[in-house]
Amino acid sequence: MDVYLPIANLSVDAFVIILLGGLVGILSGMFGVGGGFMTTPLLIFYGIPPTVAAASASTQVTGASVSGVFAHMKRGGVDFQMGGVLVIGGLFGTVIGAGLFSLLQELGQIDTVINILYVLMLGGVGGFMAWESWQSVTAVRNGRPAGAKKRRHHPLVANLPYRWRFYRSGLYISPLAPLILGFLTGILTMLLGVGGGFIMVPAMLYLLGMGAQVVVGTSLFQILFVTISSTMMHSLTTKSVDIVLAVLMLFGSVTGAQIGARIAQRMRPEYLRALLAGIVLLVAIRMALGLGWQPDEIYTVQPL
Amino acid sequence: MIGRLFFLICFLMATFAPLAVLAQSTDPKLVPDVSQRKISIESSFTGANLLLFGAIIYPRGVAPEGEIDVAVVLRGPSQAITLREKQRILGIWVNADSHEFLSVPGYYAVASSRPLKKIVKPRTADIYELGVDRLQLSPSGSFESKNKRRFEAGLVDLNKRGGLFRQYNNRVEITDSVLYRARLYVPSSVPVGRYTAETLLIRNGQVIMADDSVEIEVRKAGFERLVTVLADRYSLIYGILAVIISVLFGWIAALIFQRV
Repeated sequence: MDVYLPIANLSVDAFVIILLGGLVGILSGMFGVGGGFMTTPLLIFYGIPPTVAAASASTQVTGASVSGVFAHMKRGGVDFQMGGVLVIGGLFGTVIGAGLFSLLQELGQIDTVINILYVLMLGGVGGFMAWESWQSVTAVRNGRPAGAKKRRHHPLVANLPYRWRFYRSGLYISPLAPLILGFLTGILTMLLGVGGGFIMVPAMLYLLGMGAQVVVGTSLFQILFVTISSTMMHSLTTKSVDIVLAVLMLFGSVTGAQIGARIAQRMRPEYLRALLAGIVLLVAIRMALGLGWQPDEIYTVQPL
Repeated sequence: MIGRLFFLICFLMATFAPLAVLAQSTDPKLVPDVSQRKISIESSFTGANLLLFGAIIYPRGVAPEGEIDVAVVLRGPSQAITLREKQRILGIWVNADSHEFLSVPGYYAVASSRPLKKIVKPRTADIYELGVDRLQLSPSGSFESKNKRRFEAGLVDLNKRGGLFRQYNNRVEITDSVLYRARLYVPSSVPVGRYTAETLLIRNGQVIMADDSVEIEVRKAGFERLVTVLADRYSLIYGILAVIISVLFGWIAALIFQRV
């Protein structure tokens, strides 16, 4: 069934987009990540202009994270104080990100920057997760339970001034650390259309040293508000949010998320993490190769 | 439908031919028309087929000796663009060079009764912009001619593969040197705006008559128009609506799946 996308200005097969959304939804249900890091590259691959893909992906992530936030709130899995600090940092991040986006667009380097950022981040996070899950998988194989991680924040974080108590996270650290973290993810959200969960969750665990029971919920809370902000910024600056595209993606992703959640219940968490690491690394490698391969289009048009 | 058009044209001919005789002009006249004057882009729009047709009215109603050819050109609104070229630098492909073109048609299709090269001289083709490689794209700023040719070829190639620049040889059918018709395809990715259809009558390598009076309006309609106008002019409201829609969507989905 063909549907015309009013902002992207082209007609697409609705089923393909819903399927793409479903695929991303399965991933997000399985791993508790927004899946934005898959959405944007897949949409670009299908022929949606990169700016529209990034802008609409952030709108889709908003919808996809709502149910997660509610579920975690019910279980008390959201640290609102920490979340609030992250969101404030994130809002500043989206504003700065919007400025960066226009600047890079003017210079004609936005596509390259998006690609390089993807490679660096996905490669870094994927590599780290792979290493970490390899250790826990071998530990399980050898019959030892994966030992409880010593929970400590990074020395850099410990040295920051003005400490606050974050009761739910079980932390006594400077709010500057989550503020900066939120700020950086906000920029990424704006540039890449990702929620940033795959950066945020490891950073919360290993940099801030937050309690695991509030990490996913708080990260989703932050993602919800920062993607809202980035949808607004894109609407106001690039005018590239295609609501039809976002809703089609949502149809697929909310359904896929339920399937993914059911798959996740039947898998061991160690293997689940190893699988996620594998997928993230694959996307990173594919994008890294893409930088070196001769692109399909040497020329690109930008209206003056 | 074609049959009815044919009848219509014959009727027009019968009405107009005597007038032409009265005018006693020596040049033939063109009576061009198009199958639809308005293309509405709605949610199911996947492109449109346009039939450009018409009649050639000769002085005294007699077609002169020799072969005549017809070319039709459909052209969308022009815009100024920056064209960027990727080059391999340090192993990765990045935009390295760029040039501005001040008048690039958003859509350009030409159809002719025989291959354009055979019916018009290169200079005539340049003057009338007949052919995708004959467009005046108005490059701005200083340009080495080698670079200019490469960039223009790149731009034309990009648009050809995107379906926005089209050239159909042998696509215009001429009946009895009097009636002509050509079918052109307009893909879904065309820009909106006012399009002009030009018909050119060609003999002995010369354009002897040109008529660009037919206009076609391509516009978004209904919901698509609403979305575009909102996004463009009321960005704040559009952004808020987009957020509300996606939050509601996620929330309702969560409620439904909780029940199941």
